[in-house]
Amino acid sequence: MQNKPKQLLVSAIKNGTVIDHVQAGTATKLLHVLNLGSHKKIVTLGLNLPSKNMVLKDLIKIEDKELSKDEANRIAIFSPQASINIISNYEVVKKFDVILPETVQSLIVCPNPKCITNNENMESDFKVQHVNKQIKLQCKYCEKIFLQTDINDYRA
Amino acid sequence: MTVNLVGRDIISIPELSREEILAVLKNARSLKKEPQPKLLENHVMGSCFFEPSTRTRLSFETAMQRLGGRVVGFADPSVTSTKKGETLYDSIRIIGQYVDAIVMRHPLEGSARRASEATDKPILNGGDGANQHPTQTLLDLFTINECQKKLDGLDIALVGDLKYGRTTHSLAQALTHFGARLHFVAPQSLQMPEYICDELKAKKIKFSLHEKIEDVVNKVDILYMTRIQGERFADQIEYQKIKHVFVLTAKMLEKARPNLKVLHPLPRVGEITTDVDTTKYAYYFEQAENGLYVRQALLAMVLGKLK
Repeated sequence: MQNKPKQLLVSAIKNGTVIDHVQAGTATKLLHVLNLGSHKKIVTLGLNLPSKNMVLKDLIKIEDKELSKDEANRIAIFSPQASINIISNYEVVKKFDVILPETVQSLIVCPNPKCITNNENMESDFKVQHVNKQIKLQCKYCEKIFLQTDINDYRA
Repeated sequence: MTVNLVGRDIISIPELSREEILAVLKNARSLKKEPQPKLLENHVMGSCFFEPSTRTRLSFETAMQRLGGRVVGFADPSVTSTKKGETLYDSIRIIGQYVDAIVMRHPLEGSARRASEATDKPILNGGDGANQHPTQTLLDLFTINECQKKLDGLDIALVGDLKYGRTTHSLAQALTHFGARLHFVAPQSLQMPEYICDELKAKKIKFSLHEKIEDVVNKVDILYMTRIQGERFADQIEYQKIKHVFVLTAKMLEKARPNLKVLHPLPRVGEITTDVDTTKYAYYFEQAENGLYVRQALLAMVLGKLK
């Protein structure tokens, strides 16, 4: 047999979005946050892929969906270094980084069981701060401050 | 800078500026000196206590009545629609249509903020779970200013359960406006949380951590005592070992600064022995009385009758 040609670890998509440089271990969270479970087209997922800058990274390819900047920024609290590539006819036509939003509404479930947001039918609201390479999230209601890693539950 | 609290919600201490705090204290001082029994005539305060309270509820209700206003409300949520499953949002939205201001206490954290979204009427937070109790902090500041004749640059020790005590968190945050030197006295497992310490560092407030009252008692102007609750300890043997360490007795005050005053948000359960009550240092009963004037000042300010 001939030498194998250079091969992509995750197959290419024709049209859609590639979320690259996702912090290893967070891609499954992003599927939930972006509600990709109900996306009726192909979604491919690469976990723990080798990366020059990150050692290991995750990657998500979404067929036939162009991620908006707002959607992209919702994933910034999990993976602030993620980059978004919009693909058209196998070519990258747009590329942008995610931007950490100042606030995040209705996404995070407050880890404090005594917080009013966990006891009334209402949206959560968190203030986002990036301090010393850590993402800190302060609940607008109970005012408690959490690290991104303290958050266990999300509403898609 | 002019201060205007008309229509404002009083929910959380970090939202109040130094100028706003000083304006509240100034009005409280003048109301203590000169009562104004007609200031809030024709105004109605809703007193919504979803959780039991004696001091906070009675002092708010008395404050309103001593300014000529009237009070409606409840001290027990089991008599309200909450029992039928009504949301806090709906309850407050409706009560807001009846009254001019709402004072509330609720066991859930963030409930006062949620309530403020349901009505345009000012919400005064009388305690939301373990989160905030801003009127307690304002009466503490009023009392410190009253007994020390100043607020800036004081040596202040906070003693007891500093990890879970909302009173000491809010007081430490408020004191960042006044350049206090803080001394935190607590068992290691109940020391001041990191996020408060980070906030103090960012604002260049000096503080130190201690494990015994004796280490600080002769170096401070204010000794702010709080209760350590046995149920905070997983290990009851540990609690039995340390609980006597955080009791203040008259003997311990022998070499205190002459201007030292001992404060306590009350109720006390043995952490200040009764022989302290008759020393010149005890000031906790005066502190409790001051709650009345501070709450009068806040009600008059949010209802636009005092600047």
